[in-house]
Parts: sequence; C-alpha cells; structure tokens
Amino acid sequence: MISIAFALALMGVQDLPAAADIEPEVTTEVAPAPAPAPEPELERDPVTGELPVDPYEMSNAHAGATPFTGTAMRDAFHGQEGIRRVVDNMVDRAVIDPRISEIFVAHDLVRLRRTLFEQFCHILNAGCDYTGRDMESSHRDLGLQVDDLNVLVENLQAAMADEKVGFAAQNRLLSKLAPMKRDVVTR
Amino acid sequence: MKDLSVLRVAACLFSLSASTLVSANLPAQAQDLRNGGKLLLTNGVSTIEGSGGGGLATWSTIAGNATQEGIGGSVHGTVIELPDYNWTSFGVSVGFFDRLELSYARQNLDTIDIGTALGLGRGYTLNQNVFGAKLKLAGDVVYGDPLLPQIAIGVQHKRSSDAAVVAAVGGASPNGTDFYISATKLFLSQSVLANATVRFTKANQTGLLGFGSATDSNHKPQFEGSLAYQLSRRFVVGGEYRTKPNNLGIAREDDWVDLFAAYALTRNVTVTAAYVDLGSIATADNQRGALLSLQAAF
Repeated sequence: MISIAFALALMGVQDLPAAADIEPEVTTEVAPAPAPAPEPELERDPVTGELPVDPYEMSNAHAGATPFTGTAMRDAFHGQEGIRRVVDNMVDRAVIDPRISEIFVAHDLVRLRRTLFEQFCHILNAGCDYTGRDMESSHRDLGLQVDDLNVLVENLQAAMADEKVGFAAQNRLLSKLAPMKRDVVTR
Repeated sequence: MKDLSVLRVAACLFSLSASTLVSANLPAQAQDLRNGGKLLLTNGVSTIEGSGGGGLATWSTIAGNATQEGIGGSVHGTVIELPDYNWTSFGVSVGFFDRLELSYARQNLDTIDIGTALGLGRGYTLNQNVFGAKLKLAGDVVYGDPLLPQIAIGVQHKRSSDAAVVAAVGGASPNGTDFYISATKLFLSQSVLANATVRFTKANQTGLLGFGSATDSNHKPQFEGSLAYQLSRRFVVGGEYRTKPNNLGIAREDDWVDLFAAYALTRNVTVTAAYVDLGSIATADNQRGALLSLQAAF
C-alpha cells in the first residue's frame, strides 16, 4: 500500500483531502487561484506529458548493448513506426499482466514508453539516440526477479509476433537484451 | 538399495533445509516461492535416463519450469519402436531453485523375438532403474554472457534388474554409476541451442546389459552432443549424437543418433518425436525407429 500511495503521489494524483477540509466551491473546473499546496507536487510536462526526473548524464552507452549494424534489423521491425508499435504493445501487455503489473504502478509510463522506444530503436540501428538512464540505475530500486524478466520477455515476444517480426529477428533482439539481466535482476 | 536410501535422505535433507530457509524470519515478499517462471522449452525435455536434456543426450538444464525462485519438476513417458525391440521408459524429476535436480527413471526393453534367440524366452523384458542428481555450477542457458554456457555436473546410478542376463552376456556388474559434466547454451543471435556433455561410464547399452566386462571395466569418457534450432517459441528441431562404450565381445554396441522435433503444446506439456538410430543392440543390428515422448512439467 505504501508503494501505491507513493505512486499516486508521483503520478501527480492529488490526495483526497480530509472530510473537514472540503470546501464545496473548490472544483477542478474553477480554480483561478489555486490554494497553496501543502507539499510541492510533480507536474507533467505540458509538451511531453512526462514527470520531471532528477538530472543525469545522457549517453547512448546507457542503452546497455552495442547496436546492430546495417539495416536488416531495422527493416525486420518495420522501422521506427514498427518499433514504436512493439514497445507500446509490450507495455500495454505488461501493465495488465497480473504477474508483473504491480511493478509498473509507480512508473511514469509516458517516459517508460519513450525511453524503451529510444533504446530499442538505438539497438536496432533505426536512427535514434538513447536518452534514458543506464540499466543498473534504472532498475536498482525495482527489486526484480528473473521470473519478472521472463514475463516481460513473453510480453515482448507477443508484441513482436503481433508486429509480424520473424522469430530469428526476435531472438536477435533478445540476444542484445539477455546480457542485461545482471543489471536488471537484483534479487 | 543403499544408494537409493542415500538419495532419499539427501532429498529429504534438502527439502527440509529449503523449507527452513524460506520459512525463516524473512520479509513476506522474500518467502514466497514463485513456480513456473521459466521461458517455454528452456527446461529441455526428459531424457531416457530421466535427467533433463534433449531426449538421448543429457543437458545441464534443471528439470521443471521453476527458476531460482521456486521448485518445479516433471514427469515423462517415452516409447521407442525399433525393428526388434520395444522400448518404454518413464520417470519423474524435481528441480530445486534451478540449481539441483533429482530424478528417477524406469527403463524397459522388450526383446520380443530376440528374447527367443538369446534363450531368454519371447518377450523377455530387460529392466533398469536410474537414480540421478544434477547440480548447476555456473552460467545460464538463456541469460548472462552470450558465450558462457550453463554448466552442470551430474551422477546417474543405475541398477539393472536382470543380473543373470547381465552375467550371461559378459557384463561385470548389474549396477553402475555414470558421472558427467554438461554445458548448454541458447545462442539467441542464431536461435541455436548447443549442448556438449562428457559422460564417464562403463554402461553397456546405458546399463540394460550391465556395466563393464571381464576384460574392460573402467569408466571411459563418452560424448553427447546436441544442436537444436528454435523455429518459434513453441517449436524446436534438432539432432543429437551420443557415443557409447563397446565392452561386450558378443554384443557389439554402436553410437546413437537422433533427429528430433519438440513442440510445447502448453506451458506444461511438451511432446517430442524423433527418428533414432540406435545401431546394434544385443546382436540385432540396424535398430532404427521412432521415438515419442510426452512430458508434463510444472
């Protein structure tokens, strides 16, 4: 429950005020002069829709794998559009998969979709830079087990199959992701 | 039977210590076992000797669907139709935390008409019990360094039920123990799974004709190799080669070859079909036929 409350706070969901504090005239529509909040709240960027994160150094090396060369893998995934569909489909599946959905409760899914897309796009040599955090620091506090990783692999396999990515190409992408287990699985 | 009790005691001790470990004062999250978390087919199938592997060849994979977070296992049954014999075997195995595997298999070789020729009587069936233990030492078949295979060592203690036949064909002992070291890796960038196993054995026809002979009764290294290609998450095809000793003067023994296809019907059920060439068995040459194996894993 603590993590859920924390997640709600992170996602900018306002805590329900105590009954005594409710003032009937305050609604979400009419709020010309918002009352000073008790704590500073994270607000989503109006352009990207992402929550702010602490600054960090950016590098393509943080993608955690040497990109493929040539265009075969990019083509197998149907370019950036296909890669975006695969990532969105995988995340859609993961967040409702009862085996791992809890992990994503506290996550900024907008940022997750963007950084995963960049990572896959970069590794598949489809013309992207990766601007997310490195694998070790982005997974450090998640407490993932190998079972969680396997479920995510299954979600990814299903998404790649939906995109009609050939199985050999699917495995080639997995070959780039598999060595990351040491940074991703922390218990 | 002494060795059997040792195995049983070891199994009990291990489950006791495992349950003590998980029921100690650990946070609620940590004490939950998570079973069934392996990726499809990465547990291999059950070999005719009961250990996890590819059918004829033993791999370093630990039986069952559980990862390091749980306890899994499998049961299997295998039939092999050969020109002069019918083989049936079945077995059960348990995998603890993707680390330790304990297995049992029962092998039956119906000699049909060869039984008559050998003076055993038509349909005489040779039987053997195989008790196995396997310990994963390093690596991971799927994850980690792409060039570091999963490595395991193992032991198979075999007890033929036909001491008189073993003695009659020149086998030195109806009981014997094989030792092996195995390395297995799924090379994802090629969709190829490769396995290499070195087995130290003196078994005649895996032990159904006993162990060693009057003139040759030493453990000798034998090789088991498997290559498989993953066509989909559920479907794998491949081939295996297994060298064997040739200790018995009156019954030449050949290396074994198979070509197999394994299909995961569900997360739990895998069916394996193979063409097998088992060479000469107890004076009957060219034993080529079909293997069908069904495995339920959890």
